[in-house]
Parts: sequence; structure tokens; C-alpha cells
Amino acid sequence: MIDFVRRHTLASGFIAFVLLIAIFSSVSVVPETRQGIVTSFGKPVRIVNRFKQGEQIGQTGAGLAFRIPFVERIDWIDKRVRDIDMERQQVLSTDQLRLEVDAFARYRIVDPLRMYIAARGREENVETALRPILGSQLRNELGKRPFASLLSPEREGVMENIRIGLNRAARQYGAEIIDVRIKKADLPSGTPLESAYERMRSARTQEARSIRAEGSKRAQIIRAEADALAAQTYAAAFGKDPEFYDFYRAMQSYQTTFLGDGKNQPANTNIVMSPDNSYLKEFSGR
Amino acid sequence: MTIYSWAGRVRGLFADNKGPWGTPPSGGGGDTPPGNEPQSPWGQPAKPRPTGGRSSVSSLDDFLKKSRGRLGGGGGSGRGFGGMGGRPDRSLFVWGAIGLAALWFLFTTMHVIAPEERGVVTRFGRYSHTLGPGVGLTLPSPIDRVQKVNVEEIREIALGSAAEETLMLTGDQNIIDIAYQVRWNIRDPEQFLYELAAPEDTIRQVAESAMRQVVAQFSLNDAIGNQRGQIESRVQEEMQQTLDSYDSGVVIQGVAVRQADPPAAVNEAFKDVTAAQQDAQREVNGSNAYALQLRQIAQGEATAFDKVYEQYRLAPEVTRRRMYYETMERVLRGVDKTIVETPGVTPYLPLPQMGRPAPAAPAAPAQPQGAGR
Repeated sequence: MIDFVRRHTLASGFIAFVLLIAIFSSVSVVPETRQGIVTSFGKPVRIVNRFKQGEQIGQTGAGLAFRIPFVERIDWIDKRVRDIDMERQQVLSTDQLRLEVDAFARYRIVDPLRMYIAARGREENVETALRPILGSQLRNELGKRPFASLLSPEREGVMENIRIGLNRAARQYGAEIIDVRIKKADLPSGTPLESAYERMRSARTQEARSIRAEGSKRAQIIRAEADALAAQTYAAAFGKDPEFYDFYRAMQSYQTTFLGDGKNQPANTNIVMSPDNSYLKEFSGR
Repeated sequence: MTIYSWAGRVRGLFADNKGPWGTPPSGGGGDTPPGNEPQSPWGQPAKPRPTGGRSSVSSLDDFLKKSRGRLGGGGGSGRGFGGMGGRPDRSLFVWGAIGLAALWFLFTTMHVIAPEERGVVTRFGRYSHTLGPGVGLTLPSPIDRVQKVNVEEIREIALGSAAEETLMLTGDQNIIDIAYQVRWNIRDPEQFLYELAAPEDTIRQVAESAMRQVVAQFSLNDAIGNQRGQIESRVQEEMQQTLDSYDSGVVIQGVAVRQADPPAAVNEAFKDVTAAQQDAQREVNGSNAYALQLRQIAQGEATAFDKVYEQYRLAPEVTRRRMYYETMERVLRGVDKTIVETPGVTPYLPLPQMGRPAPAAPAAPAQPQGAGR
């Protein structure tokens, strides 16, 4: 062989070159993220690195794949979880309230061949096809419910119903819907939003009023309790000798009345007394 | 290719040892043969059999010819490198090629992984293993490829902003304006690379969905008020669960609600509630102050009375008279007095014009309690 090479350098070089091309074109590197459909003159013959449920990374069909050069070709399809982002939908609940819903679905191509045939091998086509179906599924399923339960439909299994419904359609494209979720659920702008705001406002006004009333009530009770307690204190002390209290209090009262409270301006008082007054009884000099 | 090059090398080694072999056989690539003979007809028109059995044909020559053929150069004409000058320094060229190969080898087999990184190695596309921090060795480039993934870095996604309202419906069908932030990092670099087509978008969408779902289970007051922490942890939980179901390889480190307010359109009404709370509190405080004062006064007066009464009980009549006189003294000392003898009107003291108040001397502070002592 070596002799042959030495004698026919050009020819052997050419052969080597062709061989190389053949080797290179017969081997493909299959990444973890893609699955490939091998077609022989357009006829699908096999699938490399097809998605299998529960397979471990590193033990998939990724790696080198062989094909017959110039005869077979490989088309690649994404193996990862992709998403379908739905455009906004208006949903009318059973109690005639409107809600604008924004949802997304996550899917994965599990049957590349079917997808290859049904969507001409392009993930975008799958998404375009499924998007309106997701929208109508969502409208139908959510439209059967009162508004209040639209707010967290995940809790009631509604989204699971939608997922199952959408999955049925997705199967035709070789896709599997993993999850459907509502991303946003808003009141439509305009009247519904305004009336919601109005409701919130009136609720706040009501709350504010009741808080103020409650405050007055508490204040009044506190004052009354204090009055009662004071009365009790006085009664307990003065009740010991009502007759002396009368005298004691009279003395205080005179002082306050005639002299003022001793802090401010004293009361201006003129007193005209008769010597018969008991205070002046000693005046007569018995 | 490799076979040819090795064949050439073997021949060179054994059959043609007069060539100045300056190159130890490099394990680099098959494309870089060590053949290095000055007598070789470089740069000269090459015949199909240029060596004539005398010197070996290096595989490089072979390759060059092939290249020329492929590029559509003149058939069999080996003048290919004429462009580089009449007689390029052959050994320099070969050394250069070897150097390049060595560099390429070095760069594609040795991978420095930073402490916060992991290197995900794929062999012909298939996941092989993950390199930890430090220097990792792999097979050279077309075989093994390394993708470095930063697993320690906490990434942030901000949802909702202060400038724009992000409205959500709460469980009591109110509307809340919420802005929050999700912090995440990568737990499983392999999953992160291979499972999701658009990981960041996915996390964002899942965050929006989880937040809406959780907020819908809280009332507006709770969401605005003290339940934020609970909302945060619930969202985090919800997100983690969802992302795990996608095998995303992502850990949600935390969710932080930066802002949870009523929408601007109804803010006035909410402020009024706050004002009402203040008003109510103010009123209650006023009452409390009054109550406290009243109680103190009552206690003071009662105690004062008790003290006096104690003394009074010891000597009732005397105390009574004494108190009477002391009080009268204090009262009468400070006021204008007129004593009128009835029926003969003989004032003992000058009667000032009645009704016109005379400047009164400031009365001494009169403490009734003092009267008892």
C-alpha cells in the first residue's frame, strides 16, 4: 500500500480526499438538545436521539450518528421544552364579567416523525397551529366558571382540563403539552376596570367611616369609664362621713368662689356683712 | 489521513535518515507531519513522482497537492506555495504548523474552570461529564466540547416596575399594583443547558403565573399589609415546583415583593383610610388622657379628704371650728368687706362704691387642705 501511495501520489491523494468526504458526511454529531430524522431520498428511515420519557442526560441517543453519505439526510428538531405564548384572550365568565387572559403552554416534541410530517419539520409551525387552539380551549373552559374561580383556576384543575384538551390537538403534531398556565388575568380597561376601581374606592370610604366611628365610640367609652371610676373613688372617700364632707366641701367652695382658684386672678368680691353673721358673733363682745 | 502521515513518518525515520530531523514526533494532529527535508522539491514544479524513490514523500506534500487539486489549481503542478516566495523557509513553516497544533491542542484539552463555574463536557454531542472548578482535561476539540456554566451567580429577574403599573387581581376581586424580583441560580448545569429552549423566558413566565396565582388567594389588605412574606415564600415554592416539573435545573433563591400598593387610581381612598385610622387613634388618645387626668384628680381629692378626715376624727369640734376660721380668714382677708349694722345703718368700715371693683390684693394661695393642719 505504501508503495502504491508512493507511486501514485496524486491518485491516492484524491482517493483519500473522497474517502474523507465520505467519512465526514456519513458521521453526524447529535447534540443533546436535538433529535434528528433521517430520510433517504425523502423517505423517513429512522430517528436519532428521540425523546424518551425519564431518560438520563448522558444516556440518550446523542453522540455520533451514522448515515449513508449522499443518500440519507438528517433534519433536526428541537428536543427541549419549548413554549407557546398565547395572545391575549377575552374570557366571559358565567356571571357575565370579562377578563383578559394571557396564557402560555409548554410542550416538547415527543414524536419527531409525526411533527416532521405534520408541521414540515418546523417548531414554529407547531406553535402557530396550536396557539389558536389553546386560545379557544381557554375561552371554552374558563367561560364555564364564575368570575371568582377564574382568579386561581390552577387550584380547581381547570388548567389541567385545558392541558388535556390541548394535548389532544398537540398529539397530531407529535408534541406533548407539559403544562398550561395563566400568566396574566386582568380586567379589560375601560368600564370594567373603572367600575372595579369605583368599588374599591367606595369600600375604602366605608372602611374609613367605620374606623372613625369606631374611634369615637372607643373614646366615649373610655371617658365614661373614667367618670364612673372617679365617682366611685369620690363616693368611697366622702361616704365615710357625709356631714363632714358637706362642711369640708363648703370651706373649699368658699375659698374657690371668693378667692378664685388661687392660681389665676383672684375673684373680685365685695362682701357686705351683718354683725349677726355667725363669723362676727364675737363682735358683740359678750 | 493519519495513516498516511504516519506511514510517511515511518518511512522518513527508517529509510531516509539523512534529513535533519529537528522535530520530535508530535502527537498533535495527523495534519502536521514532521517531514522536513531540505532536498525536497519545495517550490519547484513537481512531477507526479517527484521523489523517485530517493526521498520519502511526506504526507504534507500529499496534502498540499490534494489541496491544490481541490482548489482547482493546475493539475499536478506543485507550485502552490510560490505565492510565499520562491523558496520559503520550510522548517519555519513546519515549526509554525506544529506550534499552532500544539496551541490548539493545549487550548482544547485544558480547561480552566472558575470556582463559580462548572464545565459541561459533551463528547460528539453527547453529555459525558461535568468538570468542577480547577483545571479539567478533555479530549481535543472536535471530540470533546466544554460549555462553561456559572452556577453560583445569583441572577435576578425584575417583574413590574415603579414606573409602570403591574396590576393583579386579588382574592377579593380588588386590584393591586405589584412589583417583585426573582433571584435564581443554576443547580444542574446539564439540565439547564439541555432541557429548556428558553430558560430565562420560562422563569419569567412561571414567575408571573405563580405570583398571579398566589395573589389571587390573598385579600387586598393582606397583600398590601403584613402577609407579604407569606406571598413571597408561596410564590417561591410554586415556582420551584413548576420549574422542577420542567427539569429546568434552576433553583429559585428567593422572591422579593418590592412594592405592593393599591393602583394609583384608588390611592386617595386608601390614604383616607389611613387618615381615618389616625383620626380614630387621636380621639382615643384624647380620651385616654382625659381618663388618666380624671382618675388622678379623683384620687388626689379623695386622699386629701381622707387625710383631713383622719385629723378631724381625733378632735371633731375643734378641727371644725379651726377650719372654719382659717377659711373665713383667707376668704375675708383678700376681699373688700363692709359690715352693715342693721337696722341702724352704721358702717364700721368705709363702704366703697358698690359695683365698682376695687383693686384687690393678690390672695395668698389658698389650699383648703392646709386648713386642717
